[in-house]
Amino acid sequence: MTERFMVTQTAVNIASRAEEAEDVVTLRFDWDAPASPGQFIMVWIPGVDEVPMSLSYLGDRKGITVKNIGEATKALTSLQAGDQMIVRGPYGRGYHVPKGKVLAVGGGTGMASLLPALERVPTADVHTAIGARGERELLFEERAKRTSSNVRVSTDDGSKGFHGNAVQLAREMMSSTKYDMVLGCGPEKMLYFLHKLCAEKGVPCQMSLERYMKCGAGLCGSCAIDGKRVCREGPVFTGDELKDMKEFGKQRRDECGGRLRL
Amino acid sequence: MTSLKVVLAGVEMENPTMLASGIMGETGGSLLAMAKGGAGALVTKSIGSAPREGHKNPTLVELEFGYMNAMGLPNPGIDAFGEEMYEAGKAGIPIVGSVFGASAEEFASLSKRMQEFGAEAIELNLSCPHAKGYGMEMGVDPDVVASIISEVKAAVAVPVFAKLTPNTHRLIDVALAAEKAGVDAIVAINTLKAMKIDVDAMRPVLSNRYGGLSGPAVRGVGVRCVYELYEALNIPVIGVGGIEDWRSALEYIMAGAAAVQIGSGVGRVGPRVFGDICSGISSYMEVNRLRNISQLVGVAHD
Repeated sequence: MTERFMVTQTAVNIASRAEEAEDVVTLRFDWDAPASPGQFIMVWIPGVDEVPMSLSYLGDRKGITVKNIGEATKALTSLQAGDQMIVRGPYGRGYHVPKGKVLAVGGGTGMASLLPALERVPTADVHTAIGARGERELLFEERAKRTSSNVRVSTDDGSKGFHGNAVQLAREMMSSTKYDMVLGCGPEKMLYFLHKLCAEKGVPCQMSLERYMKCGAGLCGSCAIDGKRVCREGPVFTGDELKDMKEFGKQRRDECGGRLRL
Repeated sequence: MTSLKVVLAGVEMENPTMLASGIMGETGGSLLAMAKGGAGALVTKSIGSAPREGHKNPTLVELEFGYMNAMGLPNPGIDAFGEEMYEAGKAGIPIVGSVFGASAEEFASLSKRMQEFGAEAIELNLSCPHAKGYGMEMGVDPDVVASIISEVKAAVAVPVFAKLTPNTHRLIDVALAAEKAGVDAIVAINTLKAMKIDVDAMRPVLSNRYGGLSGPAVRGVGVRCVYELYEALNIPVIGVGGIEDWRSALEYIMAGAAAVQIGSGVGRVGPRVFGDICSGISSYMEVNRLRNISQLVGVAHD
């Protein structure tokens, strides 16, 4: 079949706003567009910018979880209940929600994209490793406990849980438990080493990638990694696909399409 | 056996489908992916002298029958593009280097670099409707177009294509001036200048306010332009605008297009759009007992 599908721009009102962690806000809004775990939407704040955001909640009351890192995310995190934003999508290929024993590894705001996948796993036994720089940046620990039988936390500064990064924690968890699938979302360096770890242990994995993105709809090519569109063939790629990517963990592109080392 | 082979102003292509400029043409890897989809040739993103970010988002509006975009010619600049051309060259099919400039001299020097990078032809972007000082702003004046083409033709040995805008009542005048100046083929059409207003936001969606309309919505305009160009010109015409299946490709070919380009179709159908169109045309030719695609070019004319 073709990839054709119909998406339209829709104005939505913020139903609720919640502070999740330092500089991280979840905005919920009523929007009944069909969406699957790991997909993203383009969010337009008129007069400011339009940016891609992973869906952190699915269903009719959807959500995005935004970390304030720039102009657009500052505008988004300042929105209050009742305010309007304009969305289009959902776009992209999300997680293939697996059966069996699953390890989810989320760094930074990565848990935002992973949790809807974990919440849709009916028969899986889920373990979760959440990485943060410090305790105050830790995201979604309580929410993860609702779907995971084992939630572990790592902090770079040792302020909570395992002292180290999420991949080191994942290595510890993988040495005591044999997983059928690892799901990862977070900074690309983390994903790069997590992918290596999975290859070493022979465990299949899926990782959600990020690239600078303009159109979001598979046309412009600004988000291409090794010729694959993060907005269309991604953002979630399988371990086998990542293995063949020369740019994964090594290179991204700037707004002009120029090459940058990661 | 039917043959879809095309020789376009000396450029040999396995089939008449080409990737249109501006779609998936910014990186070597994405060009290779389009070759895998079955394209006969690839046109790069339009490249300028210096790196350029393009317009701020929103740069795209999705519509039921197409897209509206105002990317604003983002590109990494000609110096950085050699690497991408080298990568794209591994596809083993002709790469057409698209360039945009603010003067005839700039077009000529960019074209020369593209030729050095291995481009088998040059496409001049004389038609982008949403970048100030470039594209359409020059491409509606027959004298300006003629002087750019003369300068580029003197600078390169490979064939030169001029991509023209439908946003003028002088399309034929511009095309005739281009032909007289020695251009090897005309590419028509670029997007139609357009606007989308969001009634909830009460403002234009695109950050540039104006953009270019593409996709099936503009096909009827494109087919008409190609039909008129075919009547007026002796050089080949390359048709583009809303092609996304074999029927729409054949419309253009019957109107007089020697080859077709596909842009929006890559987004709406996927990279397989090229291969799908080719197999559809092959079946049509078999049913109608045609051996060569050239037998169909311009058949809609009396």
